[in-house]
Amino acid sequence: MTHWLIVPVVLPALMAPFIVLAARYHLSIQRVMSVATMLALVALGAGLMWQTSDGTVLLYQLGDWAAPFGIVLVGDRLSTMMVLLTAILALFVLIYAIGSGWDTRGRHFHALYQFQLMGILGAFLTGDLFNLFVFFEVLLIASYGLMIHAGGNERLKAGVQYVLFNLLGSTLFLFALGSIYAETGTLNMADLAIRVQGLEPGAETAGLRVAAVLLILVFAIKAALVPLHFWLPSSYAEAPAPVAALFAIMTKVGAYAIIRVYTMVFPAEIEATAGLHGTWLLPLALVSVAVGALGILAAKKLDRLVTFAVISSMGTVLVAVGMFSQVGIAAALYYMLHSTLAAAILFLVVDLTRHGRDTLQLITRAPVAGAALTAGLFFFGAIAMTGLPPLSGFLGKIMVLQAGFAQPAAVWIFSVILISSLVSVVGFGRAGSTVYWKANIVEPDPESEATAPSVMAYAGVGGLAAVLILLTVFAGQVHSYTQATSAQLFAPNTYLSVVLETPGKLSDPKGGE
Amino acid sequence: MSLFLIVAVPFLGALLPGLMNSAGRKACAGVTFMVTLVAFVGLLSQLPAVLAGEVVQARVEWLPALGLNVNLHLDGLAFFFAALILGIGLLIIAYARSYLARGDNMGEFFTYLLLFQGAMVGIVLSDNILLLLIFWEMTSLASFLLIGYWKHVVEGRQGARMALTVTGMGGLALIGGLLILGQIAGSYDLSVILENREAIQASPLYVPALLLILLGCFTKSAQFPFHFWLPRAMAAPTPVSAYLHSATMVKAGIFMMARLWPVLSGTTEWFVIVTTAGLLTMVIGALIALFKHDLKALLAYSTVSHLGLITMLLGTGTAFGAMAAMFHILNHATFKAALFMSAGIVDHEAKTRDIRLLGGLRKLMPITFVIATIAALSMAGIPFLNGFLSKEQMLEEANRTVLFGAPWLVPVLATVGSLFSAAYCFRFIGHTFFGPVRDDYPAKPHDPGAGLWLPPAILVVLVIVIGVAPFLAEPFVKLVTADVLGAAAEVPKAYFKIWHGLVPALFMSIIAVVGGFLMYLVFAPLLRAWDATPRPDAKPMFDGVIAGAVALARGLIAPIHDGAFTRYAAVMVLAVLGAGYYAFGTGVVGATAREMQPMTPIAVGGWAMVIAATAVLVVMHRYRLFALVMIGIVGLMVSAGFVFFSAPDLAMTQFTVEVVTIILLLLALNFLPKRTPDESGALRRIRDAGIGIIGGIAATALSFHYLMRDAIEGPISAFHVANSYKGGGGTNMVNVILVDFRGFDTYGEIIVLGIAALLIYALTETLLSGPVRARLLNRKPDQAFAGDAHPMMMVVLTRVIMPIVLMVGFYIFLRGHNEPGGGFIAGLIVSIAVVMQYMASGFGWTSARLRYPYHGVIGAGVLVAGLTGIGSWFVGKPFLTSDFTYVRIPPFQEFELATAALFDVGVFLAVVGAVMLSLESFSRLARRVDMVESEHPMEINPARDDPAEDPLNELRKARTETA
Repeated sequence: MTHWLIVPVVLPALMAPFIVLAARYHLSIQRVMSVATMLALVALGAGLMWQTSDGTVLLYQLGDWAAPFGIVLVGDRLSTMMVLLTAILALFVLIYAIGSGWDTRGRHFHALYQFQLMGILGAFLTGDLFNLFVFFEVLLIASYGLMIHAGGNERLKAGVQYVLFNLLGSTLFLFALGSIYAETGTLNMADLAIRVQGLEPGAETAGLRVAAVLLILVFAIKAALVPLHFWLPSSYAEAPAPVAALFAIMTKVGAYAIIRVYTMVFPAEIEATAGLHGTWLLPLALVSVAVGALGILAAKKLDRLVTFAVISSMGTVLVAVGMFSQVGIAAALYYMLHSTLAAAILFLVVDLTRHGRDTLQLITRAPVAGAALTAGLFFFGAIAMTGLPPLSGFLGKIMVLQAGFAQPAAVWIFSVILISSLVSVVGFGRAGSTVYWKANIVEPDPESEATAPSVMAYAGVGGLAAVLILLTVFAGQVHSYTQATSAQLFAPNTYLSVVLETPGKLSDPKGGE
Repeated sequence: MSLFLIVAVPFLGALLPGLMNSAGRKACAGVTFMVTLVAFVGLLSQLPAVLAGEVVQARVEWLPALGLNVNLHLDGLAFFFAALILGIGLLIIAYARSYLARGDNMGEFFTYLLLFQGAMVGIVLSDNILLLLIFWEMTSLASFLLIGYWKHVVEGRQGARMALTVTGMGGLALIGGLLILGQIAGSYDLSVILENREAIQASPLYVPALLLILLGCFTKSAQFPFHFWLPRAMAAPTPVSAYLHSATMVKAGIFMMARLWPVLSGTTEWFVIVTTAGLLTMVIGALIALFKHDLKALLAYSTVSHLGLITMLLGTGTAFGAMAAMFHILNHATFKAALFMSAGIVDHEAKTRDIRLLGGLRKLMPITFVIATIAALSMAGIPFLNGFLSKEQMLEEANRTVLFGAPWLVPVLATVGSLFSAAYCFRFIGHTFFGPVRDDYPAKPHDPGAGLWLPPAILVVLVIVIGVAPFLAEPFVKLVTADVLGAAAEVPKAYFKIWHGLVPALFMSIIAVVGGFLMYLVFAPLLRAWDATPRPDAKPMFDGVIAGAVALARGLIAPIHDGAFTRYAAVMVLAVLGAGYYAFGTGVVGATAREMQPMTPIAVGGWAMVIAATAVLVVMHRYRLFALVMIGIVGLMVSAGFVFFSAPDLAMTQFTVEVVTIILLLLALNFLPKRTPDESGALRRIRDAGIGIIGGIAATALSFHYLMRDAIEGPISAFHVANSYKGGGGTNMVNVILVDFRGFDTYGEIIVLGIAALLIYALTETLLSGPVRARLLNRKPDQAFAGDAHPMMMVVLTRVIMPIVLMVGFYIFLRGHNEPGGGFIAGLIVSIAVVMQYMASGFGWTSARLRYPYHGVIGAGVLVAGLTGIGSWFVGKPFLTSDFTYVRIPPFQEFELATAALFDVGVFLAVVGAVMLSLESFSRLARRVDMVESEHPMEINPARDDPAEDPLNELRKARTETA
């Protein structure tokens, strides 16, 4: 019996109370423990990914109860990849948070950070829908705590909107779970898949269809799909920079859940839920891409600009997901990795820009402290985000477009994505040239006490940038991994049999109870 | 040298200038020069193979699934362009070394320049069109950085953005076009694509692919109507203009058309679009160039014009046209780069590029004069210079081209274009170098050092050599042409020579040169006429388009993202309702499977109370305290409902949660005004009420639908019912589910609770250190405080009750596994006991007697729960596996010990800690620095006989004073 699969959830869940209990007043201890946990998580994520890379499905039965009666954690190519991505992101963002001193500006930063990770990692690993709800709650409440970290009127206001909207989402999630349980009598995803597939033709489907729709709407809220994205711009813009950077993974939780549930439980080809997500997700995702791009162009502040870039890039992910094809999902997964890193880099760079600038409005101010490096990093992030060569954004976009060829809406996919790219390029170009170039016409204020950001802050951003470059250089390897992942998703037999046929306490599916 | 290295050297070398920057300008430029030289020599090392007609290849897989691989090849065409890029690059670097001022950051400049160089070499060496795209866009980015190099110059920033926008647009179109092309051909490798001419031209996707690709090429090569960005890009330092915007980058579009010539050309679409665009660009560019006063602008438009000329030659689709195009690319690169550098020298020495302020430089700058004049005459098409030769070929080709059924159209326009071209060349020479020497130059001009004049001089030597001995260039140009044509056509037999006899092209050439000179002579009146003619200016149009787009985007985005939460929520609810309705309506509704239950009076009564309380709450919600009471009623009725449905655990939980919530909310109300102000008008309220009612009806209908039907299969709860005692050791199934079957969920939920408390604490902490603190201190309560805040009766009562409540909590905890109860409820009950102490005796008194900080209690609770889970690892079982046993310790009866109980302890602690920490946080808001903390549990205590400490005296005194 190995327990590696649950360690990514339990480790931060133990570290956080330990910090609260023992290291409440010792920032340096908190920092050391936090970073050590992140390093461990990266190692764990890599190990798990290596274990599942050959197609193995890892199963962990909580309390020794077999699915569907108890809760199970499942590690396959997809979930372990997301775990590793989260760990890497969290490590560098944490380094930035420490380097920039953000963790000193309020209480319990590190504890909340650990809890947040527990929620995200749990959401990626669980194989049970209700447990997914619990982890959504954990990550929501922790994210609210992190979001309003360090206070301030604007931030608190945005925080209230954030938490209210997401509570509506949670309520909807409960409705969806109630519907699903009423309709199918189970909450384990694998069991659900079997039961839904076993539905006889001509049987009643209305209830199941509503359940499927309610559930995808919950995930769409998390993934900031237009028109359910309204919570995102102001909350991400007002959140402390490292928190916003970490949140880059949170929208991906929504996308992940859509991919997981809607390839396995409600695949596009089953008749009972035909004409729902398989038809509607793609057009809405295209609208998201466009709205995001327009938002980039319309933004009057640098941080708002980045939040709309997030919406646009989530739109691109969902366009690829919405194709519900094997190549589409493979492209979506690659783009998801890219989009997470690019968004995080941009949020951190925006924070670096704050050094010596009184406002993030797109107006001319004297050059910021450490301007050249910061501007360079912004240029890097903007290239990545807008999908210009040579970074991974371009490769991801090409993958999405290629996957789009087979779609009936190919013309729309091509035009919306390419034109939106142009609009984003114009938006980023305008903003960047005003903030970083035009600054040179203003004489720096000799009395300004702004110091350049610390080396450690740059190290955090640089680390993420390095990972993004690796993602570009090893695009072939990564893409073949996401292709294998996608293949596994479209052939879920191993997953289903591992989850449902492994005996647990008092139940043995093969030999009866 | 391997092709990989030739491409990689400039990129790797791009790291050096930045590094060498501090070592001085000479070192910086020297290192850049060496890097380029290495790449150039590496390229030359492949020359023998290329001349032998081989195609040098280098391939490595990158993204095979996408068809994107690092496949490089070197044939004559690629070699030609690469040699131009690296060769002229060497001259430009040498020139830039002297050109850049002391204040310019040379490291930055050369870094960008090398990045550009690498990308450009990448374009021409790519065998894979997706790889080519990557390099293509990188040149746009490098060009963006180089145009905006002087960041303080407004034209530079604007020009950079305009160039990026236009070429970026083309690049994105090119992405689309090339993807389609690859899809048709089944491969993204040029070597494969070029063999599929028939398949591509027969495909229905040929036209869209062609249009998109041409959009990319035309924007990059500044063809009409996308020509306007190029002159604005002249804000860049002159070496950049000479290198990117005349010799290399702008030729990328032409290169692309040449590269894809075998598969794309030859159709009517290609012929009409490319030839027309080229012809128009040639004429319009030359005409505008004639009237430009800025030397660089003049040269920029002349570049536009010459690019049009080459485009037109490619458009005709004949082998001869392609050959002439290649020859002209070579010639144009030599004379135009030389001209740009000469213009740069003039600018550098005279400190102006305005041709109206110049003149007479012939005597002051003889070397520059010679160089510039030879190059300009070549451009004008004067014999014995290379420009003449390719222009003759162009005119000859034009003569044979019939566009729109009019045989005269192309020859006439070509001649007119050449005429304008000759005219601006004469003007360039005449107005800059001839005429009297002036005494009002911004700076005293003189010939510069060899660093500046030697690079253009080398080019001018080439101009003359090719012009006098064209047969030297012939084999090479034909080799290149063969690679352009591929299998599509044969290389024409025509020889390169100066004298072709009295052919039409010669007469056209004579007309052009003579006409051009005449125009130069009457330039002054022409200029007046030109200035008087209104003509569209691209800059305000472009700015208008961008400003319009921004305004449109703002108009669309800003009003719906204005932070109006009710609208956000309304949109969400409507989206959910719409989607749900659609899903339901398109599904099959089956028959009901269950009977309706009879209505009992009790149920109806409870239901009526919930409805009534909710309705009153909606109407009266502005009165906060009242609203709280109503919420309390709803909560209690829900508890009663749980009892009614035989769920005592849930009822107890709900009930205790209600109590705690109400206490906490009361504390919060303390800081709020009694009444919520009106915020929405009547219309809004009607809208919101409508949405709310529809939502409620939908939820009810859905619940009803589900209640009347069975699940697809029997629910999994059957297993829980059957195995609760056997596997979990408890007869209370709800508790066994909570701590065992789904203990992991509970683990998550207590963490949620713990986080919520930490959050409330952190929030209070931030509030207290911010401006809110002052507001709290200054607030005037709208009701007088009670005279006796801690009444004796209450203090005594809570003291007496405390042990009893704790006992109840303990009992509830213990019996939880088999009867209704458990750690969660026990935690709430114990919290209530402690909360009562706070209420009775005040915060200060109670917390002074507190031994365990609540943070720690929460942390301990979560830790205990987690460690209990880990405990099962030691017996080789998964996280949270429970076990139980029965023990008998005399004198007690046999009782059960379950590990689940330990987990429940964790739950218990987390709940107590969370509730108490929240309470404590609220209380901290109420505390004031100036508040006198009584050390006594109650304020009025008859047992105390110290009158000085009797607050009653204080109170009496205060009352008398007020009276």
